[in-house]
Amino acid sequence: MKTLTCINCPIGCQITVSTDAQGVQHIEGYTCKRGLTYAQTELTNPTRTVTSTVRLHGGPVGQLPVKTDAPIPKGKIKDCMLALKPVAVNAPVQAGDIIVRDVCGTGANIIATRSIPAQ
Amino acid sequence: MQEIDLAIIGGGPAGLAAALGAHAEGVKDIVIFERDSAPGGILNQCIHNGFGLHTFKEELTGPEYAERFLQQVLAAKIPIWRNTMVLDITPGRVITAVNEQGEVKVKAKAIILAMGCRERPRGALNIPGTRPAGIFTAGTAQKYVNLNGYLPGREVVILGSGDIGLIMARRLTLEGAHVQAVVELMPFSTGLKRNIVQCLDDFGIPLMLSHTVTEIIGKKRVEAVKIAQVDDKRQPIAGTEQLIKCDTLLLSVGLLPENELSKSAGVQLSPITGGAVVDDRLQTSVEGIFACGNVLHVHDLVDFVSEESMLAGRSAARYILKNQSQKRHNIPIITKQGVRYTVPSFVDPALMDDPLAVRFRVDKVYRDHRICVYFGDQLETSRKTRILTPGEMESVTLTRAMFEKHAGAPSVTIAIEEA
Repeated sequence: MKTLTCINCPIGCQITVSTDAQGVQHIEGYTCKRGLTYAQTELTNPTRTVTSTVRLHGGPVGQLPVKTDAPIPKGKIKDCMLALKPVAVNAPVQAGDIIVRDVCGTGANIIATRSIPAQ
Repeated sequence: MQEIDLAIIGGGPAGLAAALGAHAEGVKDIVIFERDSAPGGILNQCIHNGFGLHTFKEELTGPEYAERFLQQVLAAKIPIWRNTMVLDITPGRVITAVNEQGEVKVKAKAIILAMGCRERPRGALNIPGTRPAGIFTAGTAQKYVNLNGYLPGREVVILGSGDIGLIMARRLTLEGAHVQAVVELMPFSTGLKRNIVQCLDDFGIPLMLSHTVTEIIGKKRVEAVKIAQVDDKRQPIAGTEQLIKCDTLLLSVGLLPENELSKSAGVQLSPITGGAVVDDRLQTSVEGIFACGNVLHVHDLVDFVSEESMLAGRSAARYILKNQSQKRHNIPIITKQGVRYTVPSFVDPALMDDPLAVRFRVDKVYRDHRICVYFGDQLETSRKTRILTPGEMESVTLTRAMFEKHAGAPSVTIAIEEA
């Protein structure tokens, strides 16, 4: 049995998922449709948008904020962070610029989320 | 002395939106005073996403949200005085600031206070123990990691489970630190459920409710913290103490509006919010001085900061263009049963925005209760809610029609009642 906390509102319903002898999944404890959808997505393909920073040279601060331009599978978050570790960029940068293409084979790109003008 | 129409103190989300609100209403002679080298305020270090769902119907990161407003401010050619620290404001609206040019004095027809808030520090909690390195407020740690690229520690305990603490638990974990626990004094977290799941549960970080840090141990650097369970009066329970070895303690224990300048201007402050007492235009007790954003009351969503600040901007513009104060007939908004405060505190039905959003916070968690609005002793509206929590700002909408229906009502009351 697996327990999830629904994230859609402050109630935070505890949703339990169990599998019976016939291999059929039972989702219980949600109190609205959004809760059921959330539980189904979390069970089949949980994804997250990863936000982090990379080294920035020639800017007013040392780090450039970045994100994945689409949610990636939860299991790939660590790989994604490792892939960003050696990355460094030079100013100027435009928000939306692609910093890493197709990160870790997820199909998502790492893009800049802040514009840094030339100094 | 230079004279301008409108001075905005702070170039964060509140200041930027206030400038746009005033500009759209017809005031063009505006200066935004920003003490940092870049505008955007705290959003620059809030690199996580989830901003702007109400305003833009999409999930933006903090820097992206700030940039959308900044671009409009730059397009409107509203000057931002960067690296400029305001030192004093007089009730007569003379601003003294300091920057690379030295001391600058400016007289403004109207001022909008948009200085934001600061974090409660260790000193506000009186945690016993030594005073080693390794104790940071969560926001300071966030600045080190996200702007400067420094990791503040390896083995981390976080006190306080507000959103900044939760966000930092994930951020430090992703950057290779080990977050041992998030310790929360209250029996519930004031953070969003989404953050509890995606910042703690996703990484297996324990959330210890009804616990607190009772001692900090370490000579030069934090070596450990002692934590204990607390009873329903929030007092540590003897015998429940445990020692957690760590090199870093982050404090995420509340935010305080930064109102030193408001005080020097003679603005009356609310003992509950720590921000100014304002009317429906967001004007403070000092004529021509307005307030918005976290300096007025601490928000949880930046979208509402922007919305509120646009109103402050429009109000200041109207004040400047009419260049005289209108005779107002203020009706007080009274809080009862569970409502800690409202913003605004007064409303003039004839002059207010229609409809007008009145924002408030509740004092504890309420399940299946109603938000009730009374005009005098007449119940006007009541809305059923499944849950109300202190961590989420609520609002009710007042309309001119309601005031016309209840003409002569001496006050409006907002109360939480059982459903």
